[in-house]
Amino acid sequence: MFVARSIAADHKDLIHDVSYDFHGRRMATCSSDQSVKVWDKSENGEWHCTASWKTHSGSVWRVTWAHPEFGQVLASCSFDRTAAVWEEIVGESNDKQRGLSHWIKRTTLVDSRTSVTDVKFAPKHMGLMLTTCSADGVVRIYEAPDVMNLSQWSLQHEISCKLSCSCISWNPSSSRAHPPMFAVGSDDSNVACGGKVQIYEYNENTRKYGKAETLMTVTDAVHDIAFAPNLGRSFHVLAIATKDVRIFKLVPRKESSSSGPTKFEVQIVAQFDNHNSQVWRVSWNITSTLLASSGDDGCVRLWKANYMYNWKCTGILKGDGSPLTGLSGQPTAMSTVVGSSVQTSQNALNGMSAGRIGKRAPFAPPLRQLTSPKIYQHPAYY
Amino acid sequence: MEEVDVDPPITNIPAVGDGKHMGFAWGPGDILVYETQHKASGTSRSGSSFIHEVRKDEDIYSPILRKLFNESHHIFVGLQTIKEDLPSKTKKPQFVSISKNYRSVIRACMEELQQAAISTKDAEEATRYGNQVSILLATELIWNLCEVLFIDAAPAGSLLLHLLDWVRLHKADVYEKAREVLQSESPAEHKDFWDVVVSYVLQGKLEEARQMLTKQANRQPAAKNMYKLMDSLLSKMPFYNPAGTQTLTEFDVKWRHWHEEVDRCLQDNSFASNHHLELICKILLGDEDTLLECKELLSTWYHFLVTRLLFCHPTVKPTELHYYAQSCLTMFLDLRSAPEALDSILLAAFEFDIHQVIKDCSIALNNWWFVAHLTDLLDHCKLLQSHNLHFGSNLREFLLLEYASGLFTHHSLWQLAVDYFDHCPEFGRVYLELQIERVPLDTERKALKVLRICEQRQMSEQVRSICKIMAMRALRNNRLGSALSWSIRAKDAAFATLISERFLQDYCANGTFSDLDLIDNLGPAMLLSDRLTFLGKYREFHKLYGEKRFSEAAKLLLSLMTAKIAPRSFWMTLLTDALPLLEQKEVIFSAEQTYELMFCLGELTSSMSTTAPGTDRPMQEEDIEQTKVELLRLALARNLAMAIVKEGTIET
Repeated sequence: MFVARSIAADHKDLIHDVSYDFHGRRMATCSSDQSVKVWDKSENGEWHCTASWKTHSGSVWRVTWAHPEFGQVLASCSFDRTAAVWEEIVGESNDKQRGLSHWIKRTTLVDSRTSVTDVKFAPKHMGLMLTTCSADGVVRIYEAPDVMNLSQWSLQHEISCKLSCSCISWNPSSSRAHPPMFAVGSDDSNVACGGKVQIYEYNENTRKYGKAETLMTVTDAVHDIAFAPNLGRSFHVLAIATKDVRIFKLVPRKESSSSGPTKFEVQIVAQFDNHNSQVWRVSWNITSTLLASSGDDGCVRLWKANYMYNWKCTGILKGDGSPLTGLSGQPTAMSTVVGSSVQTSQNALNGMSAGRIGKRAPFAPPLRQLTSPKIYQHPAYY
Repeated sequence: MEEVDVDPPITNIPAVGDGKHMGFAWGPGDILVYETQHKASGTSRSGSSFIHEVRKDEDIYSPILRKLFNESHHIFVGLQTIKEDLPSKTKKPQFVSISKNYRSVIRACMEELQQAAISTKDAEEATRYGNQVSILLATELIWNLCEVLFIDAAPAGSLLLHLLDWVRLHKADVYEKAREVLQSESPAEHKDFWDVVVSYVLQGKLEEARQMLTKQANRQPAAKNMYKLMDSLLSKMPFYNPAGTQTLTEFDVKWRHWHEEVDRCLQDNSFASNHHLELICKILLGDEDTLLECKELLSTWYHFLVTRLLFCHPTVKPTELHYYAQSCLTMFLDLRSAPEALDSILLAAFEFDIHQVIKDCSIALNNWWFVAHLTDLLDHCKLLQSHNLHFGSNLREFLLLEYASGLFTHHSLWQLAVDYFDHCPEFGRVYLELQIERVPLDTERKALKVLRICEQRQMSEQVRSICKIMAMRALRNNRLGSALSWSIRAKDAAFATLISERFLQDYCANGTFSDLDLIDNLGPAMLLSDRLTFLGKYREFHKLYGEKRFSEAAKLLLSLMTAKIAPRSFWMTLLTDALPLLEQKEVIFSAEQTYELMFCLGELTSSMSTTAPGTDRPMQEEDIEQTKVELLRLALARNLAMAIVKEGTIET
């Protein structure tokens, strides 16, 4: 792993969230400075800020992209008790030339009476739906019935979780076998309040979300949760950031009746306390082969399962307080740092070209300075 | 299985304070990290406001290694097409040849890297190339050994010959050195002369050694007989010939006779006066201490192993290898602290522990290319199942998925990854689905390319999604034609309706249609949505009218209203379109058709009058509307009269 480039985000205060768009060509950042910035990646991989605007009257906690099927749409949530939906409009051509884009506010969702702590779009197969959760313990699900008119959002569901909510995650599975489902986490630190992760599931008959499960073993404050892509499996995988990193498997029980919510057998798959204290974020990569977590130890840790489903830490990112040398600079190859007794090989191999197939010319490493077969200990991805 | 525990590597992030919280976001091929503060602390402080893009490995960005990925992809695909049901006798040579092809690609790549290392002016870059060469050398060394031991699986006798070839290939600097010696003015006096001779002997290259020795013999006529004796010993050393008729036992007897003869020469001090020849004689006897004296020339424990086998146990069986390997490693490395990763991998191979080899390689090497391809090949050779029944094919798939996922992060290599996913029966498809929808659709061409891959695999949801994304993008940029054709491809009726509506609005505003080609050639796609059908039909009306096929045009126009294809909001426009037809000299609308038109107008005006009072429409607009209705009524009445007259008249 190596730092390919560093981008001066130029926010006037703490950055709280950075979010990639679906294709990884754009990103949005939000900050305590009450603004959101949108960045576009150019052909050569450089990031350019194409929009920056004040979005809220308080710290902006999270920013997230809608699926591109719905156009270029962002949602943000803030300490100012609101969530907002933003849409990019295709501006005048001279704006484009200057590399700027216009974002206009389509709606402000003002139903919460406390800080809105998380905002997430539902999986795209459900249509354009937005979910918020707030410190007052309410999850709200909004829907834009007309995707061409994003100024109209109707509050479809209001689910009271009783505990101050900190995070939500939708189960991305679009399989018909799985009804829409989300998990909500609470950062209430009172252990006596019981399980801090609740699973809600949509019921076709009542047309309401009902609680399917509470993870009773997670009693400490939860700061983040993330469902893994389903990969066509019958069970679901959920990562939780609490006082440690935990990975759970939710296996639907066979006997659950068709009318009531699905009951799950909850199995813990892995638990890591390497962050020493609170864990603040967890997130899966696209195919859920890697889980990243960040915590009080100041590290981002990468976790990976091998083919026998044993989980291990395979990488650590850590701030070292060193000054930044050269912005957006050349990639600094880690192998050159790691390799200890590296010899510069400035000699020809032996001039003879290796035959493609069949008889091979002998391959002589150079005489004067020997290039020896050598393995530099590298990230353990296995 | 022993767990090799390696501490996770730490990547330092500059400009983030030590111990400060970090936030992160996953991207397709990288992870973004930034300094933040998760706890709601009262004091607002502005920390560093940098975002760092952290990438996994740089290998796929090297243009030379890219060739490795491209060419090995062809070999991989070829391997997958080898028929399962072929007898193993015919398959084995195929597998060996495929293994050799993979190694050729590695070698070609190594040479190119080496050239690049020489030609670059940048010292840092040269080091980087040098490192890559070293890793590839190690890779090829391991692969070659695996080929000999697992794929070719040579029996006793041939085994040693293969191992000799393996060592010769990877310890080829002796040829370079020999050339240097031979090209000098007086080779026999060259300081490296004896090194070359001994190196040849150690590699069992006895012909070459004899040729060198004649040069020395010519220089020392006094020692002529001694050289002659050595030459005879070297020439007589038996080598097993797997193609010949000799059995292994016969060979063994012959070899023992030769060995005794060499031993006699040493015992009777035939070479006592020349320590070089005496050394060679001792090597021929496989004397351990002597061999260890040649450590510099052997340079590695595995060379030591093969030389020792050559002169002590030429009929070594595969199952005995691990014993000799272990002892050679211990003897050779006694001065060094611990074996390195490469040593333990080779040792695991000599122990025939395939899983350990794969596992150690995965940990030690920085990309999945090697393990993925080697494991796939070993799996085809049916070697994984026999060694471990539990997860043979899963291991193969696991590694292929990792490798292919890595390729997918690259802007052009992702296309290779598709074939790898195709050959992963368990999760290949779902991985492909997840990855391919993330490929940036920068241009229409790229979108079509991605689309084709999805269509070939009946990935209908991805096909729909890509078309929808493209349609939405086109619509946002006001490219209605493109938006319409993408939404037809997506079979998205709602969106097609919406875009048709836009087309009609544009027509009402400007009186002309854009994208005529597309609308004229809708064909059966027109049936996707009612509004689209109307758009297509309405445009057909305009065409008929333009071609002066008035009665057909009139019939179509009327049917648009009576069959309820046209939206009510559009009826006024349609009726207005009927005006010029009504006012032609010739009667176009029949009496019956005129009645129907009147009925339509009636229906429209009655609905207008019920809604009109509520709305605050400016008087002027209402007036215009009113005038239109009056005009229509008049035209209809006149046409009706003419039609009745015409229809009542008997043609003569």
